[in-house]
Amino acid sequence: MYKILVLFAHPALQKSLAHKSLFNEIQHIEGITCHDLYDAYPDSFIDIKHEQALLLQHDIIVFQFPLYWYSCPAILKEWQDLVLEHGFAYGEHGNKLIGKKLMLAVSTGGSANSYSASGYNEHDINAFLLPFSQMSQICNLEYLPPFVVHDIHKRHDPQRIARKAEEYRQQLLRLQQIDDGAVKTRMENN
Amino acid sequence: MEHGVLFNTFIYLAAGVVAVPIAKRLGLGSVLGYLIAGVIVGPYALSLISNQQDVMHVAEFGVVMMLFLVGLELRPALLWQLKMPILGTGGLQLCATTLFIFLLLLACGLAWQTSLAIGLIVALSSTAIVLQNLQERELMKTEAGKNAFAVLLFQDIAVIPILSILPLLVIQDTTVIESSIPSWQSALMIAGVIAGIIIGGHFLVVPLLRIIASSRSREIFIATALALVVGIALAMEAVGLSAALGTFLAGVVLADSEYRHELESDIEPFKSLLLGIFFISVGASIDFNLLLDQPILVALLVGGLIAVKFIVLFVTGIVFKIQRSQNWLFSCALAQGGEFAFVLTSFALQRQVLDNEIASLLVLVVTLSMVFTPLLLIIYDKVIAPTFKRRLPQQEDKETPEHQIPDDTDSSVIIAGFGGFGQVVGRLLHGYHINTTILENDVGQIELLQQFKYKVFYGDAEQLNLLHSAGADNAKLFIIAVESASRTKRILIQVKKHFPHLTVLARATDRNHAQQLIRLGADHVFRESLDSGISLGVETLKALGMRANQAHRAGQVFRRHDEAVLHEEAKRIHEHEPEFVNRSLTERRILKKLLGLDALTYYDNLNDAWSTEAHSNQDKNTVGNLAAAHKHNKSSS
Repeated sequence: MYKILVLFAHPALQKSLAHKSLFNEIQHIEGITCHDLYDAYPDSFIDIKHEQALLLQHDIIVFQFPLYWYSCPAILKEWQDLVLEHGFAYGEHGNKLIGKKLMLAVSTGGSANSYSASGYNEHDINAFLLPFSQMSQICNLEYLPPFVVHDIHKRHDPQRIARKAEEYRQQLLRLQQIDDGAVKTRMENN
Repeated sequence: MEHGVLFNTFIYLAAGVVAVPIAKRLGLGSVLGYLIAGVIVGPYALSLISNQQDVMHVAEFGVVMMLFLVGLELRPALLWQLKMPILGTGGLQLCATTLFIFLLLLACGLAWQTSLAIGLIVALSSTAIVLQNLQERELMKTEAGKNAFAVLLFQDIAVIPILSILPLLVIQDTTVIESSIPSWQSALMIAGVIAGIIIGGHFLVVPLLRIIASSRSREIFIATALALVVGIALAMEAVGLSAALGTFLAGVVLADSEYRHELESDIEPFKSLLLGIFFISVGASIDFNLLLDQPILVALLVGGLIAVKFIVLFVTGIVFKIQRSQNWLFSCALAQGGEFAFVLTSFALQRQVLDNEIASLLVLVVTLSMVFTPLLLIIYDKVIAPTFKRRLPQQEDKETPEHQIPDDTDSSVIIAGFGGFGQVVGRLLHGYHINTTILENDVGQIELLQQFKYKVFYGDAEQLNLLHSAGADNAKLFIIAVESASRTKRILIQVKKHFPHLTVLARATDRNHAQQLIRLGADHVFRESLDSGISLGVETLKALGMRANQAHRAGQVFRRHDEAVLHEEAKRIHEHEPEFVNRSLTERRILKKLLGLDALTYYDNLNDAWSTEAHSNQDKNTVGNLAAAHKHNKSSS
């Protein structure tokens, strides 16, 4: 069973329409580590060594965040800038993440239609997530299709969110079980 | 048997000391323990005590003190909020119970006057037993507790009109000693005393307490508190009013003052002791001969009394929409006769409203109904409450929104010490409408803060009973912000020992002190010099030319490094270090070690951040070159 690390970035959880339910849904599951970045680092001072150790202990990394201005909230960017160091995640000797997987779990205010060539956002959601997939490639992470919850502003009815949360949980449970041989387990890494 | 005062005192105290812990261990509660102790030392068992009527009279003063304390808990605003339950629930309960008992006794062939008198007497419940039981079970804040309290309050007030009605219920017209004072004059005196308590409380007692407190003599403060209660009781009795009501009023008046907690903790031990003795005398006065002569009649009467009171209370609860499970508790708690029944019965006996036989039967029945109250509550706990818990599984943990801190009338945060340090904490919390209880023993400070509408209480946070009355039992966080290092330690030891559930956040004067506090069990320790020292260091780095965000980060790195080292050291040192003799030596040794560690760790950590292959070497020199760069900048400009 693969170990999953969920890096959660939401600066105002009290206003959350979707992520609160999604994040609550995946708490206390064996093999899933939930790491609330804004709670762990209220002053944005990220403990690099600790974060790198966490990465080494897990096989699948999930970035869970609401899309703010077509990107992630600031702390997750800071996390990337600090933790994914040269010599650790990329570069000549930066091979520590080889074989691990990355999945994004993202919510958007706009509808699925708005994220299309004909919609007001003019591009597909994947176009906006391009920096993440490219980062994965540089860091030798396998980039998985993102889990996206659209339209949370106009359609935040609790039942739909609860369904999405359940879907999210199932998705993570499935990921724990996949065995495609591509993922190096922790054991091999150590 | 006649014994000396000391012997009697010893018997009463010893009986309580033996019986109460045993009763509590058995889950019976202290009240039942006292009653059993009374039975054991009383005339029907060991027969160890004498003058028990006198003792009871003195011990009734415990009830008076209790009402003073109840008043202290009730700020006028809260009392006003409670007006509906007091008048509605209390009024309905009293009238309906009286009516029921009246009709029942009338049907049994008693004269209507006697029936009405008995109805009025037994409609009252026992404030002492109910409050003591509910407080021990921590049920005062529940719906049942609040309603029970309201009913008891109404009953306490109702004693006054009942006292004036009773003499009118005399069957044979005997010469009642007329009061020499005309009625309008006595009415005026009553109004005068009540006004005196309210006005005097505000304008005389509070300034007086302030003067006494600034003398910093604890026993004089206690003496003042006692004299206050006794004096008010005397004044009330002089005008023919219930002393309990008078002290209750005085309590309400003083509830808004900063000395509330101090008064509470001073009076509390006397109250508990006197009430204990009162319950022992009640236990001792149970007339077992009467019980043995007519066991069935007595059993019927006791059962009938409890049943009638219970039914009336339950219906009252339904009328006023008390939750079902709470209604059971409410009805179980109040279904007994009260201590006022003894007072009223002896009053009625003097005025020949009741004859001797009925009076002693009445006292026996009321006493037994009081004995059964703790048992009823145990039945509620063991039988009734579990059925509701099963039915309502998750009512308790209602989710509160994360940004909203639950607004409780009770403070969940207690701050000891409100000097410069505590003020910062308090002001920050007040900004978010978090109720805090502040304990401060500098009178000048209190006065100043009160001008700005702060709730500050006078008292020494080392005192266990002050901690109790400040609500440490129900609080969540305890902040020690006092200036003296040794006081901080003493308060911490006291809090950790008696209130292990509290999370303690403590101010430490220096590194050594911080380690001691960590070892004593403080959950979070804050060195007063650390943050300002770091801030100054960060400013210095900036002034030397380091970019502000880098300087800020340097400060954060240092802070974490230093905290980690501190906790590591605190864990390692177990032996008690000699504190004052070798102080400078210890400090120098610590500093030497720290300097060594600093060099090893945190510069590296700083240079790691944001480094990419191309820049990392250049970065490493940055810190070292800062001073030189600064010099260079200066000279070139």
